[in-house]
Amino acid sequence: MSMPFGYASPEQIMRDKADYARKGIARGRSVVVLQYVDGILFVAPNPSRALHKISEIYDRIGFAAVGRYNEFEELRLGGIRYADINGYTYDRSDVTGRGLANLYASNLGRIFTESIKSLEVEVVVAEVGETKDGDAIYRLTFDGSVFDEHGFAAMGGQAEAVAGRLKERYRESMSLADALEVALTALTEPGGERPPVGQLEVAVLDRNREHRKFLRLTGARLERLLAQTTTPQPASPPASSGSGDTPPPTGPEGPVDDGSSPL
Amino acid sequence: MASHRDLPVGLVNQLFRNTGSSSFTEFVSSYAPELLPRRDEVLATPIGDQVPHATTIVAATFDGGVVMAGDRRATSGNIISQRDVEKVFRADDYSCMGIAGTASTGIEFARLFRVELEHYEKLEGRAMSVAGKANRLATMIRGNLAMAMQGLVVVPLFAAYDPDKDEGRIFSYDVAGGPYERERFDAIGSGSIFARGALKKLYRDGASADDMAMTLIQALYDAADDDSATGGPDVTRKIWPIVGIIDADGFRRLTDEQVSGYVNQMLEARLISPDGPIAPLR
Repeated sequence: MSMPFGYASPEQIMRDKADYARKGIARGRSVVVLQYVDGILFVAPNPSRALHKISEIYDRIGFAAVGRYNEFEELRLGGIRYADINGYTYDRSDVTGRGLANLYASNLGRIFTESIKSLEVEVVVAEVGETKDGDAIYRLTFDGSVFDEHGFAAMGGQAEAVAGRLKERYRESMSLADALEVALTALTEPGGERPPVGQLEVAVLDRNREHRKFLRLTGARLERLLAQTTTPQPASPPASSGSGDTPPPTGPEGPVDDGSSPL
Repeated sequence: MASHRDLPVGLVNQLFRNTGSSSFTEFVSSYAPELLPRRDEVLATPIGDQVPHATTIVAATFDGGVVMAGDRRATSGNIISQRDVEKVFRADDYSCMGIAGTASTGIEFARLFRVELEHYEKLEGRAMSVAGKANRLATMIRGNLAMAMQGLVVVPLFAAYDPDKDEGRIFSYDVAGGPYERERFDAIGSGSIFARGALKKLYRDGASADDMAMTLIQALYDAADDDSATGGPDVTRKIWPIVGIIDADGFRRLTDEQVSGYVNQMLEARLISPDGPIAPLR
């Protein structure tokens, strides 16, 4: 029996869609999300001050995305509506990152199978808990798969290389400045130049904050934070004069955590 | 309900429907209208006297901010239905509202208003202007007019810190809406006439937040003195008025210890001069 003209097997269609989405996502820059001692840190190189890649969804929930802006913006708005309507219907404590991740997963999955073009996005939904054990980082891909990440997540262009560098340097319960340092190192290719402060989008979910935990770090506050740990950069000698005494972080400070300690 | 065709490609959940507005209230009214405080049914008999009513709220500006305070009593007719009800609500980081009238509806309004402000801020990526907040509250109150006619009256008092002007602002409302911006101070609720009288004599331009908090405690005491529905500070049960201060650092509610400090100071002075501080005649 001959195949009708233009036949493509379901496997082929899915593969093509996935390739298409992957290519679209890989064109953008990476975004890094990682745990630090007081909560969760989001870092994204982003030259635009108006179009955010990182944003607040609810009291304890943050959102980060890579890929096509109009597509993940639609997801972000829907997520905020989901969170606000649930918090208003029940109680503010009844809005969870897991619920939001499920909503996104079902929608992304359906679009991937039903539409000609899948969404070219990858999304992280992060929730900060009362303690670090309550923190959660969910990474969702264009086909609706959910990854329950432990400690950190990277997505976007060169996600694997970034995740590799992140894995090497990530330690539990880092200070905010250390976590930012690790994130920037992971986002920068070895030997490459770091994005300037004006092109960084940084935000935290800080469990010690009251009411809404999400906070954007911008302007002077971000510069101070960067000055605390940034390795002296030869390109900008005056900026490093204050923190010149700090040795560059070549390895973990203090006892080396080999992962065998129960704590 | 819009058909799926109106939704962004592939997103079939109504949550992803773009209403074209950043208002949470508008979204809820299409998504789940039964959640809104407004009710369209008409009550057979007015029930105003049978549900708890919140009473007196006072607010006054100071140099660089605004203070709001409320007593803790809720009454149903001549019965005190609750001694420790909370009627001053933080709306967002830089604003708060107090409610007088039907307590249940007022609490619902406060909850909705908080989500309304936050929803806008998250969708738009910027905080709503103070005038915008005051207008949104007016729309909510106006929507309750039919119920107000049935006896379920709610009248809020709204106070906010305006970062553009670096000053506190106060807005009042009536059953049909508003807002009416008030200079210096205002009071709502059954004890408001007495509180306003006291504030008229005690308000000082350029006062500090600390002085203004004391002024409001004095005004609430005067209201409780003459209005049976307003509760004075309950010294035996340690139930103190709620005092919220908003300035450039945001909203903060004074702790019970802080408020009891003001109250005890006031009570001591009133043991000597029961009618409170005497304003200079000339």
